[in-house]
Amino acid sequence: MIRLEPRGQQSKLMAWVSPLLAALLMLASGAILFLALGRDPVEGLYTLLILPVQDLYGISELSVKAAPILLCAVGLAVVFRAKIWNIGAEGQLLMGALGGGYVALKLIDAQGFWVLPAVLFGGIMSGMLWAMLAAWLKTAFNANEILTTIMLNYIALNLLIYAVHGPLKDPDGYNFPESAIFSYDATLPILIEGTRTHIGMAFALFGVVVVWVLLSRSFLGFQIKVLGLDQSAARLAGFREKHLVWISLGISGAFAGLAGVSEVAGPIGQLVPQISPGYGYAAIIVAFLGRLHPVGILLATLLMALIYMGGELAQINLGLPVALTGLFQGMLLFYLLACDVLINYRIRFGRSLPLTTTQGER
Amino acid sequence: MDIDLVTNILYAMVRTGTPLLLVALGEMVCEKSGVLNLGQEGMMLMGAVAGFVAALLSGSLVIGFLLAIVAGVLMSALFAILALGLTANQVATGLALTIFGTGLSAFIGADYVGHPIDGLEPILIPLLFEIPIIGRMLFAQDLMVYLSFVIFIAIYAFFRWSRPGLIVKAVGENPDAANAIGLPVLKTRFLAILFGGAMAGLAGGYLSLAYTPLWAENMSAGRGWIALALVVFASWKTERVLLGAWLFGLASILHLVIQGLGYRVSPNLLAMLPYVATIVVLVILSSNSARSKLVAPVSLGKPFHVSK
Repeated sequence: MIRLEPRGQQSKLMAWVSPLLAALLMLASGAILFLALGRDPVEGLYTLLILPVQDLYGISELSVKAAPILLCAVGLAVVFRAKIWNIGAEGQLLMGALGGGYVALKLIDAQGFWVLPAVLFGGIMSGMLWAMLAAWLKTAFNANEILTTIMLNYIALNLLIYAVHGPLKDPDGYNFPESAIFSYDATLPILIEGTRTHIGMAFALFGVVVVWVLLSRSFLGFQIKVLGLDQSAARLAGFREKHLVWISLGISGAFAGLAGVSEVAGPIGQLVPQISPGYGYAAIIVAFLGRLHPVGILLATLLMALIYMGGELAQINLGLPVALTGLFQGMLLFYLLACDVLINYRIRFGRSLPLTTTQGER
Repeated sequence: MDIDLVTNILYAMVRTGTPLLLVALGEMVCEKSGVLNLGQEGMMLMGAVAGFVAALLSGSLVIGFLLAIVAGVLMSALFAILALGLTANQVATGLALTIFGTGLSAFIGADYVGHPIDGLEPILIPLLFEIPIIGRMLFAQDLMVYLSFVIFIAIYAFFRWSRPGLIVKAVGENPDAANAIGLPVLKTRFLAILFGGAMAGLAGGYLSLAYTPLWAENMSAGRGWIALALVVFASWKTERVLLGAWLFGLASILHLVIQGLGYRVSPNLLAMLPYVATIVVLVILSSNSARSKLVAPVSLGKPFHVSK
């Protein structure tokens, strides 16, 4: 008989093997899915994994998809370490886009090197304040942040739709629900000539370093980690819990806001109703898959961006719905959670010893 | 306000509140057994798409609703295997269920977007529906709304008078003690999760087969999450879930009310109302942390492991 036996302590090895195992299981399930849909599984996986990145253009497009996911996910790494469940990266991203877009539209006739920083600042602050709204609701009223951040996502989306249908609609835009196109000075510079890779990817990589330093080398990061591991220990050590809630949610919102403003001031170039194909939700999976470690998150982001591109290519080449992306994302997270059991338990064959007692986490 | 407007508002309030009532009742039962399943949204969407596709292909709404329930149950079984069998974190597993359900439902339903079907028709109960003001609200609805009344009464009775209801509560309040006196903790929780899945699937089916008889990606629009807040709002009390679901139904149709009164406000701004209302409700109810700890099932969200 197969059974689970507690390891007694968490396996460091398994913590990193589990995401790889999950990715492999996702691909295996994908192959079965392609087979079930009457497609060649080899061609399916090739379309999903290799075809998107077989030339420089593909790799540059990968970076365009990866930038917002990476920014959101490194921010989530901070807040999840504090065991604060910010599910609101999507809403914070949209508010960053809206706030930054608002600044860009106000400065549409302005020129100068300062325009872009002002736009980015507007986006970062909007995302940060939107996340801090949840921090305020949590610290002042004890409201569950999972539910408040989810609700704030829906509110942010409706605010954006309202803005592009109303106050921020392009007056010369033939009544389309879109803003005017941002000026050149409010747009992110392209990093590689001839591609769409923009400076947002550099921001994201810089974010990886910042979060790594914050979590591994700073006292603030230490406090955040202690709060996440043991709330009462953090209190006993005199860490100010409410401050940490505000700071960690603020940091994560700021990163998501930067992701949002980088999308509208980057590849999109204006405010539109659809800014993100669920980057904020994908970032949650990425953060878990990357073990809340900036480097792990970087690797997980590349996989996730690949799934986004592969989904689009599968639609064009194989005639499958683009929702394939969401399906793969969901499978990935499920397999990860299942494989994570191996961190605390080992699989044994045969009968259990009479004296082993198991005690679940309390 | 004229009386016709009030009658119509009350009618629409109950109709809009019905999917919320169904999913919230299911989640309440699940939470009373000590399990927090955040996957309501994913289960609802799967119920909606499965029900719609089944009804479209078979031409039968009954088969549609049955398949919606089956889809919800299967999704919740997935949750149960991970959260109970493998003691995975319930919050993360529930989130995964929602993300997975959103993706899978969009994938299955991609070819069916925009197909109209004939939804569930209202059944007027003779004489009673002519009662002024509340007649249409209670007696001119469709079959599923009446079924929601029946399920509500059944769950109310289940927790108030039945022994199994007591077992569910005992398992949620103190799983160790329940286990010690020989109550099947994991089995009870498993069944409670499956019941929650069936109700969420049914609620999804109501959306795609009766409320707006069509399939659209993400058509549950956060109702699964609102239901989770509703259970908190209701302090895990059946009768308050009913009240809360109808109040949220009212918040969702407030744009009709405001238009009916002759005001002009952007529909996009009014669309935020249910979400804002959810936050306001959470704030009011959670402020007193001692009280919210007292009413919530004690073991909510904590995994249980049998020590032998």
